[in-house]
Amino acid sequence: MSTGTLTGSRRSGVRTAGRRAALGAGLLAAAFILAWVLFFAADTPAEPLMRDYGDFLATLLNALTIAGLYFVVASGFTLIFGLMRVVNLAHGSLFLLGGYVALELQRAMVGRVGNYSTAMVGVFGWLAPMLLAAVVAGGIGLLTQQVTLRWFQGQDMRETLITIAISVILADQMLARFGGIAVDIKWPGVLDRFITWGELRYSVPRLFMLATAVLVGVGLWLWLRKTRTGIIIRAGVDDTAMVQALGVNVQVVFALAFLVGSALAGVGGVIGGSFASLAPGVDGQWLLNSIIVVIVGGMGSLMGAMAGSVLLGMVTAFAPAYLPAGLTNFSIIFTFVLLAAVLAWRPYGLFGRPA
Amino acid sequence: MPAAPSLASGRYWAHPERITLLLILVLLLAAPLFSSPFFLSFVLTQTLWLGIAAASLIFLAAYGGMISLAQTLMYGFAGFVIGNAVTEGGSKGLNLGLNPWLGVLLGILFTTALGFALGLVAGRSAGLYYLMITLTFGVIGFYFFGQVTTFSGFGGINQIVAPAVIGEPNQFPERLYYAALLASVFSFLLLRYAVRTPFGLALQGVRDDPVRMSALGYNLVIHRALAFTLGAFVASLAGVLNVWWNRQIDPASIGVGEILALLIVAVIGGMNRLEGAWLGAFVYVVVNNYVRSVPLVDRIGLTEDRFNTLVGLIFLIIVLASPNGLIGFGTSVGRWGKRLLRAVSDTEIPAQPVGETEEKTGVSG
Repeated sequence: MSTGTLTGSRRSGVRTAGRRAALGAGLLAAAFILAWVLFFAADTPAEPLMRDYGDFLATLLNALTIAGLYFVVASGFTLIFGLMRVVNLAHGSLFLLGGYVALELQRAMVGRVGNYSTAMVGVFGWLAPMLLAAVVAGGIGLLTQQVTLRWFQGQDMRETLITIAISVILADQMLARFGGIAVDIKWPGVLDRFITWGELRYSVPRLFMLATAVLVGVGLWLWLRKTRTGIIIRAGVDDTAMVQALGVNVQVVFALAFLVGSALAGVGGVIGGSFASLAPGVDGQWLLNSIIVVIVGGMGSLMGAMAGSVLLGMVTAFAPAYLPAGLTNFSIIFTFVLLAAVLAWRPYGLFGRPA
Repeated sequence: MPAAPSLASGRYWAHPERITLLLILVLLLAAPLFSSPFFLSFVLTQTLWLGIAAASLIFLAAYGGMISLAQTLMYGFAGFVIGNAVTEGGSKGLNLGLNPWLGVLLGILFTTALGFALGLVAGRSAGLYYLMITLTFGVIGFYFFGQVTTFSGFGGINQIVAPAVIGEPNQFPERLYYAALLASVFSFLLLRYAVRTPFGLALQGVRDDPVRMSALGYNLVIHRALAFTLGAFVASLAGVLNVWWNRQIDPASIGVGEILALLIVAVIGGMNRLEGAWLGAFVYVVVNNYVRSVPLVDRIGLTEDRFNTLVGLIFLIIVLASPNGLIGFGTSVGRWGKRLLRAVSDTEIPAQPVGETEEKTGVSG
């Protein structure tokens, strides 16, 4: 018995030492990055904070606003996974589909195919396409779930493979229908401008992105915390069989979660298509963003999606701004470092727990 | 437990499965005699290298419980290392201009090392998490090689030369074909051997019951990481053949579409047997090359351009109908046919489910 505890304690001693070393290295790296951003940052696109706080503030705002978009998209992904253990790899395709559908409606409303300016787009000319995108993406998601996934509940790997098949088909059909050239949705004219605040000049659409994310976040939080449906969903996450035994029709709840989760991908697609552009490959990019957010934050957790979005936003905004000019194109490495660091520290993400 | 019969004895080869594999091998060895250069190069050689990559995926999934979507990155990485090492005077990349064989050696070594590092990062997870983490590896790799012009850039690296023994694949298709065949047989035997070693058995234990294996003192992370390293090594062989065959490598060839395509190849063939890798690759390559010549297929909107829709549909049907792919499908059809026969004749039928499967897959492969 005593030998057991002895070896046990020695092993855990080794582990603690390893952890301490890793923690030390992590803190050192964080301190270095902080010092670099604060004081040194020579030869970088952005000036160090001590020399030009405007650059820093703009980068910080860039991080938070892009994090907003990450959150809108990833919260749908995490909602679906949390309830049904389905990794919806078609989430990026629904994002792109939402964007394309909205673009079609906006073009129809403006009456031109290309070559129209934001001034010609009213608030409704953006909002209506967004609603349509939410309905279409949500509908396709719901259809996928009802026609295929529903029959394989519990076989999580098979469900994931089905979503891969859907994503491959959707990507190819979108390429056939909408072509391979990058297109973009126009923001409404009232939004498309800059505000100035002291030295800082900042684009309003990006702030709007952040506002939308806050709205979605608060809405989801209220829905999951304060309504009966939300309570059932959260109970379903913890113990599906028990909820079912209590007489709740879990299938309806599953369908609802899939509808809302997919609709959020569609909404994200409209914002993303207005902020950047829509093209083949964008689906994979946003699938990657969603997956990184939920791996970092923890699968199935709304708080986790928020934390993951902010962290990924920080990395994607600060790395290109504060890397020396010649090394800017290496910034993708930092996304990997974020992922590896979180996985080494907490394999189930910051707010996740073992499945 | 009876002693295993030796390779030389007749008893070893009395197994229908082994005979089928041997027949396929003989057929493949003789293939350059009766197939056109196009078929040899564009169908068979491509099938073989794609099959090697898919086999590394199936090995990890079937024996380690780790569905890795990073295998595409692994073979691509080997290709990029070779491209950087052997080319000279190109617009992108390091242009080291080394000996082609040295390039191959470096490609395999670096890929194996990268496999170990990534295996350690992902090694604490399994199942769906593993799939997602390795997917992020693959996509980050795609962006890395796309953005970092020091090593590639989106245009990729062109004019990669193979060693003189292999030569130009258009000129000597049979040379590269035999190299691919050799690498395929080697990979197949290596992986089959690996799962029977103590390490392979422990790996299967880690797959089935990680908690118990951990309690028995096995280090889960190291086992998963080493399995991933072996997978990376095998995938790097596919990567070598790929650059010799294509003579160029670019990030688009390791993008999300290609990542999913490799998984599709593995699932079409059958995720629980190594042989499924080459069967799936064969079906994938044949569909890719011949869909245009199927009569009437363009009438329903499935032209060559919509190849991915067709592949997606085939994949969807297979996942819905038979999770074990074509090999599993063959087994179920065989079992079903036997039950039917038995019901009709009510006579005793020798139980050879595996043999029937192999004959079916043998025909299509």
